[in-house]
Amino acid sequence: MSLTTAHSVVAPSANSKRIAGVIIVAYALISIVPLLWIFATSFKTPPDSIAYPPKIVFQPSIEGYCNLFTTRTRQTPEYINSLGPATGFCDETVRKRNMVIAGPSNFLPRFVNSLIIAFGSTFCAVFLGTLSAYGFSRFKVPLADDLLFFILSTRFMPPIAVAIPIYLMYRELGLSDTALGMILLYTAVNVSLAVWLLKGFIDEIPREYEEAAMIDGYTRLQAFWRTVLPQATTGIAATAIFCLIFAWNEYAFAALLTSGTAQTAPPFIPTIIGEGGQDWPAVAAGTTIFLVPILVFTILLRKQLLRGITFGAVRK
Amino acid sequence: MLNRTADNAARATPEPLAKKIRGISDKGLAWLFISPTILLLLAINIFPLFWAIYLSFTNFRANRPNEVVKNLGLSNYQRILGDQDIWIAMQTTAHFVFWTILLQTVIGFTLAWLIDRKFRGHAFWTTIILVPMMLSPAVVGNFWRFLYEPQIGLFSYVISFVTGIPPTNVQMLSNVELAPWAIIIVDTWMWTPYVMLICLAGLRSIPEYIYEAAEVDRASNWRQFWSITLPMALPFIMLAVLFRGIENFKMFDMVNLLTGGGPGSTTEVASITLKRQAFESWRTGYSSAFAIILFVAVFGLANIYVKALNKVKQR
Repeated sequence: MSLTTAHSVVAPSANSKRIAGVIIVAYALISIVPLLWIFATSFKTPPDSIAYPPKIVFQPSIEGYCNLFTTRTRQTPEYINSLGPATGFCDETVRKRNMVIAGPSNFLPRFVNSLIIAFGSTFCAVFLGTLSAYGFSRFKVPLADDLLFFILSTRFMPPIAVAIPIYLMYRELGLSDTALGMILLYTAVNVSLAVWLLKGFIDEIPREYEEAAMIDGYTRLQAFWRTVLPQATTGIAATAIFCLIFAWNEYAFAALLTSGTAQTAPPFIPTIIGEGGQDWPAVAAGTTIFLVPILVFTILLRKQLLRGITFGAVRK
Repeated sequence: MLNRTADNAARATPEPLAKKIRGISDKGLAWLFISPTILLLLAINIFPLFWAIYLSFTNFRANRPNEVVKNLGLSNYQRILGDQDIWIAMQTTAHFVFWTILLQTVIGFTLAWLIDRKFRGHAFWTTIILVPMMLSPAVVGNFWRFLYEPQIGLFSYVISFVTGIPPTNVQMLSNVELAPWAIIIVDTWMWTPYVMLICLAGLRSIPEYIYEAAEVDRASNWRQFWSITLPMALPFIMLAVLFRGIENFKMFDMVNLLTGGGPGSTTEVASITLKRQAFESWRTGYSSAFAIILFVAVFGLANIYVKALNKVKQR
């Protein structure tokens, strides 16, 4: 694909550029309002968060974060007065609402589950994907196109349709609600993306490097290890981030196949409730913590984004 | 230069000797590298699929595993094709897919076309626009419930402020007429950047000399757009449309968190029906049959998608 972008003779006029710029900036600003609102809400107190009209200016508070990480019980003022001095900011805030901290909430364990499952499955998917991609890229594999289509088609299965037999299978094997089960499942979903993306990256590395290494006496395996892998690092890193984002964001499987010990953050966050309904500042706080890593990765990935979302077909 | 030498040397090496140099035969290595992936997919995707096919012919219920399983033949499939609720769910899905794709394609292409003007700072603003599509549809969809809340929700507030409708009456998620659109709005907000990014690649793949030639022929801007820009970007637009079509056909997470299929069953898309049948009514055999039907439909679309992919690749 050629990359001719500057239409030198037919360049857009300064005026049309200005109009385009204004529209794009307006769209960008409007489209990030929901995200800014999540961030703002996470620093509101519960009464501020449900004020009418919605408050744009408010006194920031970390009560949402306190509520996210703790469970609380309501107590009488007499009981609270009989306690010693508050031990920290959260303790103090909570006592003002006639409550005491009862213990840590489930958010941290769920967040850790998300980390373990996302990183575990990413590692496995990239490992398997790199090997397969090299195999497809360098060797004449019989029925290669059919196998590649088969690999990709598994990604298109509706998750709920897959979840029904997986649910039964995991129940038989004792993998229900385990991190191992989720890692296996996410690896299977991600490996298709990994193979397709990495095949594109490895195709771009000239074969001559390996052939030269093999003439120097390396075996094929050594040549793969010493010449192909080092040159594929950017591609492998980009692929890993895409796998990580998928596993991190995944909801359908997690909601249906995990309920307790292996539950990840996405099915957990919507269940955060306070007194009288959803505790929106706490939900916003959880959402903010959950989204920040993805924001960082998106910025790191912006040059590879196109490739990732089209399974390596469009390379720019 | 070194590569050139090595390449020549490799070509000059007689085949049997070259094989010896390579150690393990290439064929062996190829299978060694590819088979783990295939085995994993067979175990996690294909084996369960065949299990689902088997279950679809039975009256099995996952919450009563000890009950005797009866073979029903094709009757599950017959019941699905005659089931009013299933057809309503398919219509809801079609409505959702049609409008999200139409809106995302029109807005996405327009944005890409504007960004292609390369005004100052376009790279930065493009990155900002791309952010929503990277986020978790479940976690962000859940938060939109708050934005849609009557009175206190920002979205409802803005709507009532602009239109003058009393704020308590802007009930995006509990109004039968509005709920399907509430979902379409969130999906469009989230996935327009996806279509935009692919369209942008399409626009940038059009060689400059074609425009220069058109300029020499004094073709109007309007004419250039319809005869050059749009047809040449079309394969890319198709790719985006197909991919979004497949993804939205199986849409689950966002809808499940925004409305859960409600109010009533006005937003009950196919995946929600499937989940209700399989994991709430526990009609495992029946829902397996429905899953197989959905899978065949997606598989057909995926087939077209891969053909489109290969077409774009050739460019």
